[in-house]
Amino acid sequence: MSLDSVLFYVLAALVLGSAIMTITRRNVVHAAVWLISALVGVAGLFLSRGAEFLAGVQVIVYIGGIMVLFLFVIMLVPVHDESTQRRFSNQKWPAMLAAVALFLWVAFIAVNGVGMLDHPGMAEPLGPGSLSENSEAVGLVLFSQYLLPFELASILLLVAIIGAIVMSKTRNPETES
Amino acid sequence: MLEVTTSHYVVLSTLLMLIGVIGILIRRNILVLLMSVELILNAVNINLVAFSASLQQVHGQVFSIFVITVAAAEAAVGLGILIALFRNKQTVHADEIDLLRW
Repeated sequence: MSLDSVLFYVLAALVLGSAIMTITRRNVVHAAVWLISALVGVAGLFLSRGAEFLAGVQVIVYIGGIMVLFLFVIMLVPVHDESTQRRFSNQKWPAMLAAVALFLWVAFIAVNGVGMLDHPGMAEPLGPGSLSENSEAVGLVLFSQYLLPFELASILLLVAIIGAIVMSKTRNPETES
Repeated sequence: MLEVTTSHYVVLSTLLMLIGVIGILIRRNILVLLMSVELILNAVNINLVAFSASLQQVHGQVFSIFVITVAAAEAAVGLGILIALFRNKQTVHADEIDLLRW
């Protein structure tokens, strides 16, 4: 069992365990911290597949940006009554049934298609010094072939910023009319 | 079995997506619902990166960057909606928000 396999199983256990903790914790702050742990695990998986740039983006954008935003909002919305509230909705057993059915369906496809997903040469590591090579390759493709989607993404972010401000700002009745 | 292949990553991402789906379906707190959406988007990214490494093509990783961008936009707008909703309804529980207007 190679180091790569050990790393994969450890990270997979970390990601799945943290994800389960995220959706079962009663306290929302605990859920957010477990989600951070799951996101770190996903960043580790990116690293093990040679996507160093994306691992960095994952840590900076997800953990540094999105999760901090989540924690800010948790602080803005009082959660003190959470311990007396029901945690799960009424539909939890039908929901579990649907999820298990979906899993069985996907597992059926995965078992039938095992080996079809793997291509020759995939087991090769990307080579030494692939940090610069990976970032360079991503950058070259992003700013040439995907230039239009890149610019559209910037417009999307601008719209999201304005939308978030408009929706979360307090309405002042004096200035509104 | 022990050697890690692309199929391992696909199964892992399927499980992660299902945990996210279960979270969306069973939880009442909208904050946890939004976190479950992030889990699902991360499952997508794992798939994209695994196939990117498998095919030795960088396009999957570039697409994954766009997924992260959309996730950031979704989180910002979703949390903005949540704050507006809380101001009007004083609740963050999805099954108590059942009116089209109030």
